[in-house]
Amino acid sequence: MTARRGRKLDFEHGVVELIHGGGGRATTQLIEELFLPAFHNEHLATRNDQAVMRMPAGEMALSTDSFVVSPLFFPGGDIGAMAVHGTLNDVAMSGAMPLYLSAAFILEEGLPLRDLRRIVQSMADAAQDAGVRIVTGDTKVVEHGKGDGVFITTTGIGLRIPGIAPSVEKAQPGDAVIVSGTLGDHGIAILSQREGIGFETDVISDCAALHHMVASLIETCPTVRVMRDPTRGGLASALNEIAEASGVGMILNESAIPLDPQVEAACELLGLDPLHIANEGKLVAIVPFECADDVLGVLHADPLGRRAALIGRVVEDPRHFVQIQGDFGGTRVLDWLAGEQLPRIC
Amino acid sequence: MKFAHEYRDKSLAWAVAEAIGWRVDPARDYTLMEFCGGHTHAICRYGIIDLLPENVRLVHGPGCPVCVLPIGRIDQVIALAMQPNVTLATFGDMMRVPGSDRKTLLSAKATGADVRIIYSVLDALALARKTPDRRVIFFAIGFESTAPATALAVQMAAREGLRNFFVFCTHVTTPAAIDGIFASDAARSGQVKVDGVIGPGHVATITGSGYYKDVAARHHLPMVVSGFEPLDLLQSVLMLIDQINDGRAVVETQYARAVTSGGNARAQAMMRDVFVARESFDWRGFGELPGSALRLAPAYARYDAELVFDITYHRVADNPACSCIEILSGAKQPLDCRLFGKGCTPENPIGACMVSPEGTCSAYWQHARHHAGETA
Repeated sequence: MTARRGRKLDFEHGVVELIHGGGGRATTQLIEELFLPAFHNEHLATRNDQAVMRMPAGEMALSTDSFVVSPLFFPGGDIGAMAVHGTLNDVAMSGAMPLYLSAAFILEEGLPLRDLRRIVQSMADAAQDAGVRIVTGDTKVVEHGKGDGVFITTTGIGLRIPGIAPSVEKAQPGDAVIVSGTLGDHGIAILSQREGIGFETDVISDCAALHHMVASLIETCPTVRVMRDPTRGGLASALNEIAEASGVGMILNESAIPLDPQVEAACELLGLDPLHIANEGKLVAIVPFECADDVLGVLHADPLGRRAALIGRVVEDPRHFVQIQGDFGGTRVLDWLAGEQLPRIC
Repeated sequence: MKFAHEYRDKSLAWAVAEAIGWRVDPARDYTLMEFCGGHTHAICRYGIIDLLPENVRLVHGPGCPVCVLPIGRIDQVIALAMQPNVTLATFGDMMRVPGSDRKTLLSAKATGADVRIIYSVLDALALARKTPDRRVIFFAIGFESTAPATALAVQMAAREGLRNFFVFCTHVTTPAAIDGIFASDAARSGQVKVDGVIGPGHVATITGSGYYKDVAARHHLPMVVSGFEPLDLLQSVLMLIDQINDGRAVVETQYARAVTSGGNARAQAMMRDVFVARESFDWRGFGELPGSALRLAPAYARYDAELVFDITYHRVADNPACSCIEILSGAKQPLDCRLFGKGCTPENPIGACMVSPEGTCSAYWQHARHHAGETA
C-alpha cells in the first residue's frame, strides 16, 4: 500500500526529521522515494521486514560492519560506498563471493536530504558494480546533536568457493606475505580533509570492492593460507593478528612495501607510521612461497592490484614478532597500533 | 622521498660508522646522551647502536616534554577540563598520559569533559573564535621549539580581543634539563657520567646553537646539535668522539641545514614578549629545577589558565616500581625496568616514558624489544 501524503520529499532543500524514523507515513515515504528506487530489487520490492533468498548448497560467510567515518564525503569515496565495499571485502577475505547485503541507517535529525540521497545512490552504485544486492534494511533517526550526520551498518552474506578455506591461523613459516598495493591511502585521504589539519594532497581513498581480485587470486592459488583487508590499525594490525593466531613471526623488507610518495611525506610530517594507517581497498595475502610469483601476476593484471608486492616472509618465532628489515640495516618490531590514532576513519 | 631518504643512505652510514670505529680510543669508554625523544626513536628505529663500537654507549636523555611533566600537572589539566563550560584543546600525545589514580584526559572526555585533539595551537584559537560562549583552554607543552607557536597564539588572541581563550602553560627549557642531568642523584653518585651530549636540533632552530654555550661551559660538556635522521646522528657521534678525544668541550652544530648560531630572532622576540621564566618548576625525574620553565608574562595574565581558573599544583609521587626517573636521567635503560613489557606497555602505560610516543620506553617497545633476549 502506498502511504497517502501531500507532497514529495524535497531533496534539494529538505532535511531529515525525527518523523522520518518514526515508523509512520514519513518513514514509508523516505523508503519509497529514496531507498526502493535506489536499491531496486525484487526482495526489497516485497516490502517485507525480511528478505527471503534461496541459498545454493555450500559454506556461507557472514560479516557485519558499522561505518562512522567523518567527513561523510572524502576524496575517492564516501560513507555509502565504504559501507558496501567494507562489508563485501570482509566476506571476500574468507574466500567467499558476496551475494547480498543488508543496510541499517542511523540518521541525525537535520541531515540534508540531498546528502542522504547522494550517499544512498553511492551505495546503490557500489552494490551494482560489485554485483551484489541490498535486500533488506532499517532506518532510525536520532535528535540533532546525538549522531553525526549518518552512521551505517551493513551485513553481507556470501558463498564460499568450494574447497577454499583461508583462515587467520594458517600462516606457516616460509610463506610469502603479499600486499595488493600502496598502503595508508584511505587514512591519509581522510586526514587531509579534517578540520584543523588541512594539508593539501592529491591522495584519494582506495575504497574498493576486492572480491573479483580475490576470485582470481584463489583460482591461481587455491592453497592461499590467509587473506585480510588491512583496515583500521593498518597493515601492522593485520599482520600481528595473523602472526599471533598462527603462532609465527614475520620479517618484512621495508623497501618492498609499496607507498605513495605523498602518503609517505604526510606520515613523515605528522609523525605517523603508514603501516598503522587504514586502507579500504587493499588485501594482504599469506600464500605458500611457491605460489608467490603467480599470485603477483594475477594481482598485477587487476587494476586494483597494479602495485601489488611481495613484502616479506613468514618465519618461526615463538614471540610472534612482525619485524621490519630497514633499508638502513637494522630491524625493528612492527607493533600493533596503540590507542586510537585517527578516530572516525571508517 | 626527497630530503629524507638522502639522510638514510646505508653506504654513507657505514662509512661514517667505520670512521667512528677508527677514531675511538679503545682504552676508554664513551657515554653519550642524546637529548631528544626524536633522537632516541631514530637511534632505535635505524639500529644505530648496532653500528657503534662497543665502548661507545648511548644513554637516553630527558628530551620528551610529555615524559618530564609530573603527574601533578596532568591532574591540573584534568581538573581544568572538568570545569564547567570549558573546552580543553590538547595535542593527541597527552590524551592517555596517566595522572593520579590512572585518570587521563581520555577518561575525563569519556565522562563528559569537552576535550579536543588539535594539531596546532591555531586550531585552539579557531575553536575559541567559533564558540564564544565556551572557555577554550590550550594545553601548552613542549620545549623552546613549540613555545613560539603558543606565544603567537597569545599575541593573536590579544590583538583580536578574544576573551575566551586561555593557555595552561607547561613549556620547559632545555638548558635547565641539562643542568638537571648533572644535578641528578645518578650523576652525583657517579652512576651516570655523560661525556658528551647530542643536542636538541629542533629547539636550536629557534634558539640558535649559541644558546647552549653557557650550559656546555658550566659542565665542561662537549655538545653537538644534531638532526634527526640516522646519518645526522652518526655524524654527531663522530663529532663528539673527536671533541672528547681532543679534550674540547664546545657547542658544535651538525644540523647546519636548519640551525644557525643565533637562531630565529623573530620567534625569540615573540617568546620574550609573551613569556617570563618561572622561579622554579617540578620535573618528573629531576624534581624542582630553578628557572626551568615558562609562564605567561604579567601583561598577558588574563590568558593564563593557572591564574584565571585558580588551580593549584600538588606534587604527586611516582609509582615506586616505575623506573622513569632513572631512565630520564640516563641511569637506567628501559630493558632494566622490571615493569617494561610486563605491567607497562603502550596500551597500558604506567610511566610517562611508555605513554608518550616520544618516550624512551615507547621507542624501545616499538623498535628494540626484539633484542631483549639477546642482550639480557
